[in-house]
Order: sequence, then structure tokens, then C-alpha cells
Amino acid sequence: MMPAIEFRDVYFRYNEDAPWVLKKFNLKIKANETVAIIGHNGSGKSTIAKLANGLLVPQAGEILINDRKLTTSNVWEIRQKIGMVFQNPENQFVGTTVKDDVAFGLENRGVSRKEMIERIHTSLTEVGMEDYQNHEPHNLSGGQKQRVAIASVMATYPGILLLDEATSMLDPRGRKEILSTINDLKEELEITMVMITHDLHEITLADRVIVMNEGQIYIDTTVDQLFNDHQGLQSIGLSLPLTVELAIELEQYDYQFATYPLDNEEFLEALWTSNLKK
Amino acid sequence: MKSFMIIGQFVPGNSMVHRLDPRSKLMVIFTFVIIVFFANNSVSYGWLTLFALILILLTKLHIGYILKGITPVWFLIIFTFILHLIITKEGPVLIDIGGFAIHKGGVLQGLTISWRFFLLVLVTSLLTLTTSPMEITDAIEELLAPFKKIKVPVHELALMMSISLRFIPTLLDETEKISKAQASRGVDLRTGSIKDRVYAIVPLLVPLFISAFKRAEDLAMAMEARGYRGSEGRTKLRQLQFKKLDYMAMIIYLLIILIFFSLR
Repeated sequence: MMPAIEFRDVYFRYNEDAPWVLKKFNLKIKANETVAIIGHNGSGKSTIAKLANGLLVPQAGEILINDRKLTTSNVWEIRQKIGMVFQNPENQFVGTTVKDDVAFGLENRGVSRKEMIERIHTSLTEVGMEDYQNHEPHNLSGGQKQRVAIASVMATYPGILLLDEATSMLDPRGRKEILSTINDLKEELEITMVMITHDLHEITLADRVIVMNEGQIYIDTTVDQLFNDHQGLQSIGLSLPLTVELAIELEQYDYQFATYPLDNEEFLEALWTSNLKK
Repeated sequence: MKSFMIIGQFVPGNSMVHRLDPRSKLMVIFTFVIIVFFANNSVSYGWLTLFALILILLTKLHIGYILKGITPVWFLIIFTFILHLIITKEGPVLIDIGGFAIHKGGVLQGLTISWRFFLLVLVTSLLTLTTSPMEITDAIEELLAPFKKIKVPVHELALMMSISLRFIPTLLDETEKISKAQASRGVDLRTGSIKDRVYAIVPLLVPLFISAFKRAEDLAMAMEARGYRGSEGRTKLRQLQFKKLDYMAMIIYLLIILIFFSLR
């Protein structure tokens, strides 16, 4: 199967005397795969998203979207296939009401008014915001705004969804809302999803986890296997989830874990299976 | 308080005036502003006043609220009256106070001019009272559409207006946050001489501007990511449509104008 997103030997830096943010960077993301990209600040993870939809242009190397090379002449066409949700819920809300904001992307694509109304309804239903159509942004919580942002993107049928730290400015409740929305989308639709985050708790939704460090892929693995190299993760400045830390401590007392548990339930299960084996 | 400021004076409602297409309202107001200057006798003034009164009744708004809405203009209206009272030296002298004579012509002139001014403000305030800022923006975009031919960036102007409206509450929030943050660092915004207070605004404005520029940058990027590339090939969700009510209102308005000109 052809990859949805492919980076070939990409070099990027913000200006000439700045250090390379990405250095000979290679990445392949398959279609309909959910990938989490994590790393500390300045590891180049957000840059990947902005390069993928042509908001930034690499100094060297190629970026291919659905097997087509991204160039300045087809960037608008390719951008229609990639939806992007940004970090700040406030600064990506263009419309004066929820309905207008979802309409914005559709208006840009020249979708007819009749279809627009239908699509707005379906995509707002998908994220559970259909009752807020006429609400103004200042009456919405951060999580709700971010759900509208996802709906705005989904209404344009993108095929690829980039979430650039979409939950990092939300409170725990808003974060939960967004994660369950993302989970629903993943189950219901065929979509390639790239979640960029610095929060290790969020990666549970992903099929594959890529850890970035100094402009290179540091680890490329599955969620289950990620914490096998916990010393490495900590050495590049990532903090472990509490359950993982606890499991590591317990290992000293002869407990055994096949995979490190990521939430309380998994932890509980791992604990009693470990006890049974004793 | 905040939501009151955003929508300006707009009072949501379902009266006949509220339901009119914003374009009809804009056209009526615009022509009315010009027509007021053609009034030249008490009958024609009376006719326009009657029109304004009927409009107010149709909006179903409380008259006290409307008059309160034009409070800032009262000063100007009274000032105009007094100015004409003193300056115009026509007709018989009514009162003479130590060389300052008030003529009958002055009183008349003052009354008509300030009445004209009052009508103007009253009727235009009805527009903002019954039409949401967004509707006004849409109407302006539609009405100015012909000027696109001479390269007036109508769509861009309308988009700028709607984005400004959308960000007013955001920036108000921000101002509040910054003023609290600066107050906690010892900036005194509430006491001191006027000069001190003006200077105290500087540490408030600088961070506000910086953050506004940051927001603008983010927004531009988000808009670009969502495929915005100007007005070309763009469809619109918001659509205005003239209804039966609008045609009727227009015909009645035309009749009112015709009668007005016959009364002059």
C-alpha cells in the first residue's frame, strides 16, 4: 500500500544561522494508520506537521502526500487532502458562530450551499456539537472549540488529519473530550491520523509511536513496546506516566510486566496476572 | 457586561423591523440620512418625525432604551442648538442680556438644526439596535459587490470586519488578564492624576499588541491550512434574501418619500 505521508531526506531550519530542526529526516506513514509523534520542545515534532501540508517549505529533500510530491504549484490541491488542527483553540476559530466556522473551509473549496448545510450538520454531529450551531466562540469552552476545529476539518473530507498538540492548551476535561472524539473518528472513519504531542498519556490511541529527538527519529515502535526503553525516554527529557513509573519500581520486587500498563485499569490487570504467576 | 459590549447595542427580537433584510434597512437608513436635509418646513419635519415614531413603534423596543442609547449624542445636539442660538442674528430680538442678543431666527434655526440632528441619530440607532453586526457586515458586502469591478476589495473588507467582531471578546478577556497581571506587579491603573493613568496604560497596551500580532499570525496560518486563498471561487453559507416583507416595506418607504417631497 502506498504511504499517505512520506518524508525523504528532509532538511529544515527556520533561518540560515539557526541549527537544523530536521536533519536528513525520513518517515513513512501508511494510509489509515494512527501515528503519535512525541518529543520534548524543540525536537522538531511540530515542524513535521507544518511541512506536511506545505505551511513550511524544506531546504532540501522531498515530501510526498499520497505518493505525490509536494511542490509550490500543487500545494493548494494537496492541502485539501490534509486537515490540520492547531494548538490554540482560540486562534483557529475564524467564524463568528460555530456554524460559520465549520463553513469556512467549505466556502474556501467552493462547496454548494445546500451541501454545506448537510456537511456542517454531519460533522458537528460526529464531534457531538450539533446543538451548538449558533453559539459564538466566547461562549464555548476550550474543549468545545477544539471539537469544532476538528469538525471544521472533517467536514472537508481530508483523508489525513494532523493534530498539532491539539490538547496541550486544554484542561483535563477538555482533553478527555478531544481524546474520545479522536477515538470515535478513528473507529468510524477510514482516516490517516497523525497526533503530535508531548504528553505520553495521549499516545494510547495510536497504532504506532514515533519519538523525536534532535531532528531525528529516536524510537519508532508500538505503544506497548514504547516503555521498554524507559531510561532512554527519560534521558531525552520525557516524563513517564505514573503507572509506568510504578510498574518499573515494582519490578524490583519481583513483579513482572509483559508490557508496561498505561492506565489504571491496565495496571490493575497486569498486577493480578503478575500475582497469579507467582 | 461583556456580551453587552460585543454586540454593541443590538437587541435581539422578532419584530417586523428585526425581520427585514439588513440590505433593505441599510438602504432606507442611507437615503433617510440624505432626505432629512431636504426638510424645509414644519410640515415636512413633522412628516419625518411621524415616520421615525412609527419605526420606533414597529421595532417594539422600549423608547427609554433607545433614548438612552443615544445619550452620548445629546451633548452635541444641545451644543448645536446653543451655537445657532448665539450666532444667528435674524428676526426680532427676543432677549438682550448685556449685549448678547438672542434673535427669533436663532431660536428657529437652532431648533430645526438640532431636531434634524436628533432625527438622524435616532433613525440610524434603530439600525444598530435591530440588526446584528454580522448582518450589517453581510449587507455591506452584498451592497458593495458592484464595486468589485473597480477593484475595491469588498470581500476582504467584509472578512476583516467579521474577524474583528469575532475577536473583540477575545481581546477584552486578554486586556482584563493583562491588567490583572500588571496590577499584581504594582502597576496602578485606578488612582493618580490623569497623566499618571495614561502612562499606566502603556504596560497594558504593549503586551496586548504583542499577543494580538501573535494571534493574527496563528489565525493566518490556520486560515491558510483550511484552504483560504481569497474571494475567488468561494461560495457562501450566509445568504441574504429579499422577502415579501422587504418589497412591501420598500414600496411604503417610497410612498413616504413621495409624500415628503410634496409637503416641502
